[in-house]
Amino acid sequence: MNTALLIILATIVISAAVGVYAGRKVKMNLENWTVGGRRFGVILIWLLMAGEIYTTFTFLGASGWAYSRGAPTFYILIYGTLAYTVSFFILPAVWRVGKRQGLHTQPDFFIHRYESRGLGVLVAAIGVLSILPYLQLQLAGLGLIVEVASEGAVGSRSAILLGFVLTCAFVYTSGIRGTAWVSVIKDVMMIAAVGIVGIGVPHIYFGGFGKMFQALMEKHPGHLTFPGATANMDVPWVMSTVILTGLGFYMWPHVFSSAFSARSAETIKRNATIMPFYQIPILLVLMVGFTALLVIPGLANGDMAFLELVRRTYPSWFLGFIGAAGAVTAMVPASVLVLFAATLLAKNVYQAGFAPRAGEEKVLVLSRFLVLLIMVLALFLAFFFPHALVNLLLIGYDGVSQFFPGVVLGLFWKGVQRRGVVWGLVIGFVLAAILVFSRHDPFMGLNAGFIALTVNAMVTVLVSLLGRSRQRAGSSP
Amino acid sequence: MSKGTKLALVFGSVPFLTLVFALPLVNRIKPIVLGLPFVLFWIILWVFLTPFVLMAAYRLEKKFTRRNGKGES
Repeated sequence: MNTALLIILATIVISAAVGVYAGRKVKMNLENWTVGGRRFGVILIWLLMAGEIYTTFTFLGASGWAYSRGAPTFYILIYGTLAYTVSFFILPAVWRVGKRQGLHTQPDFFIHRYESRGLGVLVAAIGVLSILPYLQLQLAGLGLIVEVASEGAVGSRSAILLGFVLTCAFVYTSGIRGTAWVSVIKDVMMIAAVGIVGIGVPHIYFGGFGKMFQALMEKHPGHLTFPGATANMDVPWVMSTVILTGLGFYMWPHVFSSAFSARSAETIKRNATIMPFYQIPILLVLMVGFTALLVIPGLANGDMAFLELVRRTYPSWFLGFIGAAGAVTAMVPASVLVLFAATLLAKNVYQAGFAPRAGEEKVLVLSRFLVLLIMVLALFLAFFFPHALVNLLLIGYDGVSQFFPGVVLGLFWKGVQRRGVVWGLVIGFVLAAILVFSRHDPFMGLNAGFIALTVNAMVTVLVSLLGRSRQRAGSSP
Repeated sequence: MSKGTKLALVFGSVPFLTLVFALPLVNRIKPIVLGLPFVLFWIILWVFLTPFVLMAAYRLEKKFTRRNGKGES
């Protein structure tokens, strides 16, 4: 057995074991399973959120964008920073409502705030539809990374099967606590991997960042300013995209819920101030993509730039280490995506929609069963219909971002009404889908989801104001 | 809204001003700073400064909230 293979397999198995162990001493109920009993301090929350945020896209996609698109990839540096800033202001309020009302999920928030189980079911449905393709993306990334890093010794399917079944095992036993603890391994490995490669390759091939950029500017003069190597990702696109993704980021159901795991509103706030430091690894990933463009130009698939450059530069055991880091980087987000897809279906579709009298114990049993069901379904899709959900992925961000007006106005404006939120959400979602699927994204140079979100916010406010004035007219004799 | 929260919001607008609305002005290669094209230097600068801006916002908000006697966990 070669060393690379050993490192990859050992990492996957040890990570899963840590995940299972994390929940060993905790008596499992819905509260502990989904939000860790609301006991996480700053460090665990940081690890959990970083674990959810830094996915296989961090490795492959961001460097791939730097390689094939150039400057537009900078949007990733920006939107995360904006998202943490937004979270500083809204997540503590989300946490307080969650604590007071015992909420576990994002649809719980909508059900409570707008006194509508129907709205909860709608939010849960959009949430699950956005989560599932994202989960498939993690699995595909896991398979790809391990196959390339083990130089074919572990096939993509075997990697997905092993990695994902073990992931679901620790989700089943430990819930969110498992995710947080596996994140420790993931973060250490990913930061080491990205640090070594990101600082290493520009120095090895060019003798430093500055010289690498100099070479890049000479060879591809337009690559490092917007719109880079693209035709339609100019400054307006970047501005509208970072606003959309910055506001939408914490609207992902699994990221939203991680706020509930915190010990206090204070924890969340302090966490928000240190989160932007996590952008540094992304910066290093971009350096790898830029270096790759000069050293190995002409790759058919830019997403392979990171792995391909590592393969050409470092010994095979180190490639194995990258593969292992990549595998855990897929497992951690996959775990939390499965967890919340299952909880949303059990608690907010089944219980809220069809069986309001079902107790929390029953919801937990069903959630855990759904973890297994989603696992089987996701594996089936990954093996036999790998492209089935690709189109949904295109509107994932646009879709979840449409929750923003309902959440923020719900927290800070007494006047917002259920009717306004429902209309805004439906119109925003449909508009985003129409623009994206008719290939009008970017639309007039702007991100289509941003346009949908703007319309959504206006509809929400207008319908709420109309409803209020009508109520006033009705209540006065 | 307390004075502390208002101040915090002013601080919170900084990354939006610098990283979104200033982009049309900084989308250029030159001057090269620290070996980086200017637009990348600008983005990195504000990504690095944002945590400190938020920490300042946190301190200020806390200071004013405590003074008003409405401290909370």
